[in-house]
Amino acid sequence: MSPHDMLDVSQKSLRHVGKSLAHDSAARHVQGSAIYIDDMPEPEGTLHIAIGGSPVARGLMRVLDLDAVRSAAGVVTVLTADDIPGKNDVSPAMGDDPMFAKDRVEFIGQALFAVVATTRDAARRAVRLVKSTFDEEPPSVTVEDAVERNETVLPNYEFGRGNTDEAIAGSRVKLSGHFRIGGQEHFYLEGQVSLAIPGEGDELLVYASSQHPTEVQHVVARVLGISDAQVTCEVRRMGGGFGGKESQASQWAAIAALAAKLTRKPCKIRLDRDDDMMLTGKRHDFRVDWELGADENGTLRAAEISLLARCGYSADLSQGVVDRAMFHSDNSYFIPDVRISSRRLKTNTVSNTAFRGFGGPQGMLAMERMIDALASATGRDPLDIRKANFYSEGRDKTPFGMSVEDHDVLHQLVSQLEISSDYRARRAHIDAFNKESPLIRRGIALTPVKFGISFTLTQMNQGGALVHVYSDGSVHLNHGGTEMGQGLFLKVAQIVAEEFGISLHRVRIMPTSTGKVPNTSPTAASAGTDLNGMASMLAARAIKERMAKFAAESRGVNPGDIIFRDDAVFVGNEKIEFAALAKACHAGRIHLSKASHYKTPKVVWDRPTAVGRPFYYFAYGAACSEVVIDTLTGEMKLERVDILHDVGRSLNPAIDIGQIEGGFVQGLGWLTTEELVYDAKGHLKTHAPSTYKIPVASDIPEDFRVSLFDGANREDTVYRSKAVGEPPVMLAISVFSAILNAIQSLQPGTPVPLNAPATPEEILKAVQALGGGGGF
Amino acid sequence: MPRSTISFIRRGQRVDVSNIDPKTTLLDWLRLHERSTGTKEGCAEGDCGACTVVLARERDGKLVYEPVNSCIMLLGQVDGSEVITVEDLATSQGLHKVQRAMVENHGSQCGFCTPGIVMSLFALSHAGREIIDRSAINDALAGNLCRCTGYRPIVDAAIQACSDHSPDHFDARAEKTLELFKQFRSLEDVFVGDDDSFFAAPAAESSLAFLVQKYPDATLIAGATDVGLWITKGLAPIKKLIWLGRIRALAGVEETEATISIGAGVTHETAAPYLAAIDQDFSEIAGRFGSQQVRTSGTVVGNIANGSPIGDWPPCFLILDAELELRAGLATRTLPLEDFFIAYKKQNREPGEYLRRVILKKPGAHDHIRLFKITKRRDEDISAVMSAFRITVEEGLITQARIAFGGMAGTPKRAQSAEAAIIGLPIKDIATWRAGAEGLSADFSPLSDHRASAEYRMRVARNLIIKALAEMAGVPSSSTRIVGLREDAHVAP
Repeated sequence: MSPHDMLDVSQKSLRHVGKSLAHDSAARHVQGSAIYIDDMPEPEGTLHIAIGGSPVARGLMRVLDLDAVRSAAGVVTVLTADDIPGKNDVSPAMGDDPMFAKDRVEFIGQALFAVVATTRDAARRAVRLVKSTFDEEPPSVTVEDAVERNETVLPNYEFGRGNTDEAIAGSRVKLSGHFRIGGQEHFYLEGQVSLAIPGEGDELLVYASSQHPTEVQHVVARVLGISDAQVTCEVRRMGGGFGGKESQASQWAAIAALAAKLTRKPCKIRLDRDDDMMLTGKRHDFRVDWELGADENGTLRAAEISLLARCGYSADLSQGVVDRAMFHSDNSYFIPDVRISSRRLKTNTVSNTAFRGFGGPQGMLAMERMIDALASATGRDPLDIRKANFYSEGRDKTPFGMSVEDHDVLHQLVSQLEISSDYRARRAHIDAFNKESPLIRRGIALTPVKFGISFTLTQMNQGGALVHVYSDGSVHLNHGGTEMGQGLFLKVAQIVAEEFGISLHRVRIMPTSTGKVPNTSPTAASAGTDLNGMASMLAARAIKERMAKFAAESRGVNPGDIIFRDDAVFVGNEKIEFAALAKACHAGRIHLSKASHYKTPKVVWDRPTAVGRPFYYFAYGAACSEVVIDTLTGEMKLERVDILHDVGRSLNPAIDIGQIEGGFVQGLGWLTTEELVYDAKGHLKTHAPSTYKIPVASDIPEDFRVSLFDGANREDTVYRSKAVGEPPVMLAISVFSAILNAIQSLQPGTPVPLNAPATPEEILKAVQALGGGGGF
Repeated sequence: MPRSTISFIRRGQRVDVSNIDPKTTLLDWLRLHERSTGTKEGCAEGDCGACTVVLARERDGKLVYEPVNSCIMLLGQVDGSEVITVEDLATSQGLHKVQRAMVENHGSQCGFCTPGIVMSLFALSHAGREIIDRSAINDALAGNLCRCTGYRPIVDAAIQACSDHSPDHFDARAEKTLELFKQFRSLEDVFVGDDDSFFAAPAAESSLAFLVQKYPDATLIAGATDVGLWITKGLAPIKKLIWLGRIRALAGVEETEATISIGAGVTHETAAPYLAAIDQDFSEIAGRFGSQQVRTSGTVVGNIANGSPIGDWPPCFLILDAELELRAGLATRTLPLEDFFIAYKKQNREPGEYLRRVILKKPGAHDHIRLFKITKRRDEDISAVMSAFRITVEEGLITQARIAFGGMAGTPKRAQSAEAAIIGLPIKDIATWRAGAEGLSADFSPLSDHRASAEYRMRVARNLIIKALAEMAGVPSSSTRIVGLREDAHVAP
């Protein structure tokens, strides 16, 4: 029985799916009654933890004198590497992230010890009493330092096709350059936090603010030397994640777990903001060296792109992050001969990690920067250059061999936005304005986004769910995805309520627990709904089929004739309340619980040979941004933004628009005001919101128009929706290009040496390079 | 006998706190003592606004509702107020209009910043504005970081909630609240603790002068928007605190024909209209000073007393030939503001002495004022360079010049070479503007730090001279600025 043919949902009257429902926790958020880990009532005797970190970026620890720390008021115990019963490793895979550094220290702030005290205040004060000495070595802080030392965290990797040297040499237009792309702090509003409660024997219950509870479970078990089955990790919600709690929530959970195991008391750790910013990784910063060949009209013939990623001291997720940068270095453009190479450089800074877009933004920015250079060199409008190079019929192979099958979406979407944003008329207006304005310059850019959906590590493309129907007709929904504000829990609940034909309030959304759904993938790669929504739908469908079969048999009809709708089940003319049927099923000994699993079809990627299809599908979008800059100060104002974005058939337009706007603004921060500054010793100087500036309300344009592109996902995803978490970040590249465009007006044809983020200082530097910046 | 409790109103009841570490923050009291966990800690430095709560206070017989950062406000500073937190807004009738608007406009995602945003909007909804425009909303939200939504739905929620002028349950019991306030006798000094560890909140200035002399090692706070960070971030072992927020004599702004005198207890918020009347650039800078939460707590004189080289007001006041009045015991003295700043973190203030007020000289008929604040982010950011200009122009010639900068040296400082370079020159001459810019080279050799490089600071400072003089010469600010345009500035009602 399949009462819902999901292939064409537009013809159905859906009750929940496709509706702009408010976030399931919205009413709690606004009343302060949504519980985050630090808000949970503390079990009696709860102890608090603070971290002591390395004061030097590279060297050997000679003395770690903790006597004063141990004897400070309120201190219960102090933990170091020597207290770890299992393995001193909190890494996601590569075994190179010690929980506590023992001899060698590799970045400033690296955890050396943890103080466990009766209050958080006592723990923080005690930390500062440490006496330590080091044999300091000069650290690698920049990409250049690491290149000079030839230190990497993982092997180099490249893919491509054809002979780029020859193709570039034979091109009419040859361009090359290099530029820098800054990193980005996640700045989730809720910092890293975990509460570990010891149970019987080795049992532990760990509450973590983590996108990856399964990894927390595994890391805790590994550190404590116990089995995974002894550890349950639960996540109700995070106060923001953005990738920063994918691999890097584990260390704090594991420290809390170790403290709980040793003290036999509940133990809580909550990093203060400065520690959080210094002790956890960020978006990778890159240097990009590039070279391209094109014909005189600006059609790309070949490109060489070299991505130098600053990974920090360990591998963490840098393999996947930099791979994804490579996968997106083409963005939306066909490049006949192409070589994309990458280096994962080791520096004595905190280990960079996942951040919304996972390398994609850096790769895409590199290509858009190249396209802008090409437009400048050929004297053509950048949008014309973009459109001329879009993937199209017969020109659809990506540098990694996968075909772009639905490139028509890209063409349609960009054409629609070009018209709705009034790009051409505004371009003409801006050109005229700039001719008359020596100090104030305007710029506009319309840039596309094509973002691959799936984990590029194929095995991670799986989701799980556990659904119960209780005999009163209420539904208990568990799945492997975590809620960090993105609305996953609501979307999946909408899907399950739709499947059962019941009201949303009957679906109880449960916290994510490794005890309910095991062996999960992180909530990452934008794939949370694709994987867990599908798994949950399958689970609900299986239970529904059992209920339909039971109802059909007792009434002598076909299960396929039974309709689940409006909290009831319709058998011909007979209406049975859903709750009544659930009760009857239970009495009839029907199993009303189901664990289901989903794996993404079609994806396969063999990294060593660089062959396969790493992505199930692509999500598209485009944005048109207009800026104005002050050539005396480098100040910039974003005046208007138009966005058209492809989410397939939206499961919840309000939630999707929230992701698009939020992603765009996060990207805006990355490319404009958010600057991570390290000094020569490896100190992060911007480790609090006083010095690290994420966008505020006045940074968003007053004229901000966001629309959803109308179209179903051509692949068989849940209700033909598309993933939306990460792609919108890259819409902000339009702002960077618009700034570049404004600067370019000072001297058309001259390369603009603009790096990201385009802070006022960076803009003024580029303005000066083009002969401006001196006034009248 | 002074009162020995910190006393305030919470949920309609009087709360008296006596046995408490004097440096306890309001946030810690709410979360750890009262166990009201709706209010969040996001940064513990007053920059993210997740901890925003609202203080209701009596002013001129009316209740005013002001948002504050509870993370850096000390509990003692709420003495005499009603403390309103996110848990207090909804009633048995349902959500408050601000909360409802946030839900209906999808204004929350992860929800962690939401309590603070709700409280900022709650305060805005009580600000008594007839119409709510985007710039008022931007102002109200500048101190609230949201990392999820991109703010658009929050702005929409603000418009919806603040367009609804129907009274809420706080309005309904306003009379009762005002009645409750009467029990906190405003003329009574407050001293909680003992000689070794105390929070003192004198009501009389004579008591303040006495306390400052008796405990020269005590930390004097007004808004504590800086000292709060010494406590939360520096873990400073402060034991003796004297708060001057209850002293009437220091709470006022006095205006004469020629001067404006701002008392040590006057917040940025209170001073703003007086400063805005000097010149519209003062209004612009006042609006970009910190955030609403900081402006309702922090004081103008505190921004001077603190001695920071990057405070926004000192350069603005240097060009107005400001003077400071200091008091020690019964003795007062005045000195030019310029002489207060001796060197980096070193000021002309003796132990046992405190700043009473700052006196600004109003500009004359031939004076042109320009102020520019250069930051990475427009709102709620600390200046890389702060510049201030007062140029006297008579018959087309510059007859007097006051140019001052912050962020260019170890203290806020006048650019005397640049000033000298333009005296006597015609304002309309581009060569004059360039002469000013050139002159600056002799005035400063700025440092590089995480806010800006030395090269940028120098280049921008020179360019700002050109910008200021060009505007004074008549170039419209629409040709010289992208924000804070002078032509379209609002005329104060």
